[in-house]
Amino acid sequence: MIEIQNVHKSFGQLEVLKGIDLTVEKGEVVTVIGGSGSGKSTLLTCINGLEPIDSGKILVDGVEVHAKSTNLNKLRQKIGIVFQQWNAFPHLNVLENVTLAPRKVLGMGKAEAEAIAEKQLKHVGLGDKLSTYPSRLSGGQQQRMAIARALAMSPDYMLFDEVTSALDPQLVGEVLETLKMLAEEGMTMICVTHEMAFARDVSNRVAYFHKGIMAEIGAPEQIFGDPQHPETKKFLASVR
Amino acid sequence: MFGYTFQWNQALARLPKMLDGAVVTMEVAVLSMLIGIAFAILLTLLRLSGSRPLRAIATGWVEIARNTPALFQIYMAHFGVASFGIHFSPFISLLIGITFNNAGYLAENFRGALKAIPDTQTRAGRSLGMSQLQAFRYIILPQMLRISFLPMTNQMVWAVLMTSLGVTVGMNSDLYGVTQDLNALTFRTFELFAIAGVIFYIITKAITLSARLIAARLFRY
Repeated sequence: MIEIQNVHKSFGQLEVLKGIDLTVEKGEVVTVIGGSGSGKSTLLTCINGLEPIDSGKILVDGVEVHAKSTNLNKLRQKIGIVFQQWNAFPHLNVLENVTLAPRKVLGMGKAEAEAIAEKQLKHVGLGDKLSTYPSRLSGGQQQRMAIARALAMSPDYMLFDEVTSALDPQLVGEVLETLKMLAEEGMTMICVTHEMAFARDVSNRVAYFHKGIMAEIGAPEQIFGDPQHPETKKFLASVR
Repeated sequence: MFGYTFQWNQALARLPKMLDGAVVTMEVAVLSMLIGIAFAILLTLLRLSGSRPLRAIATGWVEIARNTPALFQIYMAHFGVASFGIHFSPFISLLIGITFNNAGYLAENFRGALKAIPDTQTRAGRSLGMSQLQAFRYIILPQMLRISFLPMTNQMVWAVLMTSLGVTVGMNSDLYGVTQDLNALTFRTFELFAIAGVIFYIITKAITLSARLIAARLFRY
């Protein structure tokens, strides 16, 4: 379970999170929508401790992410994150990209790590690209590789930060399919996205962020069918 | 000027000795590169560290290495430290001097290479549970070495050529030192140094060419 309690976060003068409260249960898929600068991506990087927070608390399975005593490297092993920019490691081929962390972080042997990596790569449809270098892959393929790379650590939670925003339109579908598949398999996910159809299809709940506050959260039918907050209405009208 | 009679045979008869010297020259150059790269990586890490004194030490090293003559650096490693009662053999002093120089130049190259690698690479590694050091070792370092591979080849060439400065601290087993000694024995100055020049040229050319082959093999991405 991920518990976000009254989290505040500023970059200099700019307060990007103004008291966020959100609890994500095991097996739940929560999508976060909202305009640019609404704080949705920042929230994800706070959840796995890549960004510090100013006040409030984030608990992952009861462990406080930003407590001094928390071993972040350990915690991050169970929270996978995939970014808008997929950050393939260019000097490693697809298989090595995926086996690197299991081998170096989890101390897995080569054979074991490769078996897991191959399974995950097949899973995302890259089973035939194992020895290819990222520079030879399309953006969509690189993004799917990044997803496999995160999955190879057997995380309990997956965070997706606008993973289709940097892709050519014709490549968006393949990545969303991968995310859908994960959701159907019961992965606990928080997805920041601009893909409204995707949010409607896969989410248990949809949260609308506006200028650092969570203006509204609810079932997708409610958010898309009957939005309550005026800003949600405005936003949805503008993206339709 | 035109009264000089070339006596190539006399000089060529000494070729085996000169080639022995060339081996020593290569030894110094290769060792100074290997140790120099290790120190350059260390200097790069120090310059990235949060500690001001550590950063200052690393910056000082790079500044001195890049802004003083290599001859000064080798001289200091021999006669300079001798003033404090520390005595190194000419071989060691030459090795220290060139290594110091290599590390300084390479650290500067590495710094440039690091700027070419996006911060998000480290972030991707950290988000997979890697420590800062692991992310550097497995993600940043290989890319950094690739980007600075050609400057490293240049530095290797410089290292070979810098060994000739060893004569100033009494080095006489390397190519230049051997040549100088043979010159004192035979006075075939032009012939001997011309041969030495050709050997230097062949060594450095070989380095450049093999570097290209290595790059083609190593960097397939």
